[in-house]
Amino acid sequence: MNLLVCISHVPDTTSKIAFTDDHTEFDASGITFVMNPYDEFGLTKAMHLKESNGARITVINVGLSATESTLRKALAIGADEAIRINAEPTDAAYVAELIADYARDKNFDLIITGRESIDYNGGAVPGILSVHLNLPFVNACIGLDLNGDQATLVREIDGGKETLQGKLPLLIAGQKGLVEEKDLRIPAMRGIMMARKKPLTVIEPSEATKQTMVLNYDLPKEKEACTLIDPDQVDQLVELLHREAKVI
Amino acid sequence: MKVLVYAESWNGSFKKSTFEAIHYAAEVAKLMNAETVALSISGTEDHAQLGQYGAQIIKTIENAALETFDNQTYAEAIIAVADEMGADTIIISNTNNGKAIAPLVAAKRKAALISNVIELPESISPFTIKRKTFSSKAIAKYQTHSDKKVITITANAFGYAEGDSSASVESFDFTPQETTPSLTSLSVDSATGKIGLTEADLVVSAGRGLKGPENWGMVEELADALGAATACSKPVSDIGWRPHSEHVGQTGIAINPQLYIAVGISGAIQHLAGVNASKNIVVINTDPDAPFFKAADYGIVGDAFEVLPKLISAIKSHKASI
Repeated sequence: MNLLVCISHVPDTTSKIAFTDDHTEFDASGITFVMNPYDEFGLTKAMHLKESNGARITVINVGLSATESTLRKALAIGADEAIRINAEPTDAAYVAELIADYARDKNFDLIITGRESIDYNGGAVPGILSVHLNLPFVNACIGLDLNGDQATLVREIDGGKETLQGKLPLLIAGQKGLVEEKDLRIPAMRGIMMARKKPLTVIEPSEATKQTMVLNYDLPKEKEACTLIDPDQVDQLVELLHREAKVI
Repeated sequence: MKVLVYAESWNGSFKKSTFEAIHYAAEVAKLMNAETVALSISGTEDHAQLGQYGAQIIKTIENAALETFDNQTYAEAIIAVADEMGADTIIISNTNNGKAIAPLVAAKRKAALISNVIELPESISPFTIKRKTFSSKAIAKYQTHSDKKVITITANAFGYAEGDSSASVESFDFTPQETTPSLTSLSVDSATGKIGLTEADLVVSAGRGLKGPENWGMVEELADALGAATACSKPVSDIGWRPHSEHVGQTGIAINPQLYIAVGISGAIQHLAGVNASKNIVVINTDPDAPFFKAADYGIVGDAFEVLPKLISAIKSHKASI
């Protein structure tokens, strides 16, 4: 089986977000970058498939050279090959088209992405990629079982879940549930050593179209000081929620 | 000119987020001097009610092939209506189904997709609009020069009001032509009777401070007394005290209800990212230095096991008095 796992390189979840140059650029100074948490679930799922069914795993990222640390981590976890498309991932339609141009003639049986990246949260790349490659698309995928080329999939819906049946090739956008948090793979020393010998190929971007641009960023408004209520006077809280906040 | 809004329904009735999307679309249409067209697929009997929120024309599709949700087919139906009506701007709610359709519609129409939108566009030409980024830790102003746009809006970010206007209801003849291999729905497992977290107005959430899953009865009782949805922190879902579907935060669900009550949650930055857009935050925690108090509107420093029973009875007597 031939698997493609799309990997984003994002600020660690504990990052404080700040901007430079008149709020037009993300300030990456002092920020630790990690593999997008949603993509970690996808990569671990790919490892499970590799171990149970036998598979070759290619990981791909659209980004500049700084993202190679995240691709090396994916190789250390167990991916066989990494591709970096040498372009700034500034727009979802652009990123999806670049990945599609790479993947089109590679005969991937399954493409796994995260449901969204935790930096731009567009949730757009997987769906757009599925259109370019003419693949069925399962978003918010929380379960996948394969029997030959028959797939049973579970996706999250508002207030529940839906089980679907499909046939490979497919594209899924995964999240927690695709594998459990406790099963997430981290690189072991042997994996890190082996990763050094695995191919990480840099390819130049194809001609792709950008649809959007970011003009500037803002931080959410800061809250005013919190009104503290005596734990023996919870009636006061109910009164405030009723009269002041007007929510009950 | 037309603005098309997808009127999502669930088990035969429209969702609250649908009314919000229609109201939003109508406001965008005003800015564009355009008409608002709502599309309902396998919806309810009562389509005309959508007029109250600002739809002027309601297109309905009833077709056996669309009785169960399929993102490919639904995207194709939305495109068919948009093409016929000449609608360049399409509004979709940021629900799970909405998120599964919007990128397909955008890619097939070669439209710009701007998701997680929280406000009306600041300008129509060039089209400039604010959306949430960095898991709600920041807001970004996006611009597109594309004539065709697909906008998904964050639930509860915009609100809606009922008006007294009415709409014409017209059926639309649609037969799927799609060539992409499709998926078949085997079963749907929905937590019936529960309030959906994303579109809930009030949310009661609890964390490790509750000490064990057996103590969630009082969280549910408080939620029931308020008519609220229940949620939890990441550690609580990771150790299996509560289902993944209740996890709010940076890698869970992002919410912005009118009221968020956090019990026994310290307020790590990852948790705040998913909830700090809530209009009012109440924090109940034994630790006066819990970071969550800095993000709260109201706080009680106290033991959940003592505070919650009192709060439940205070809410119940308040409800009985109004």
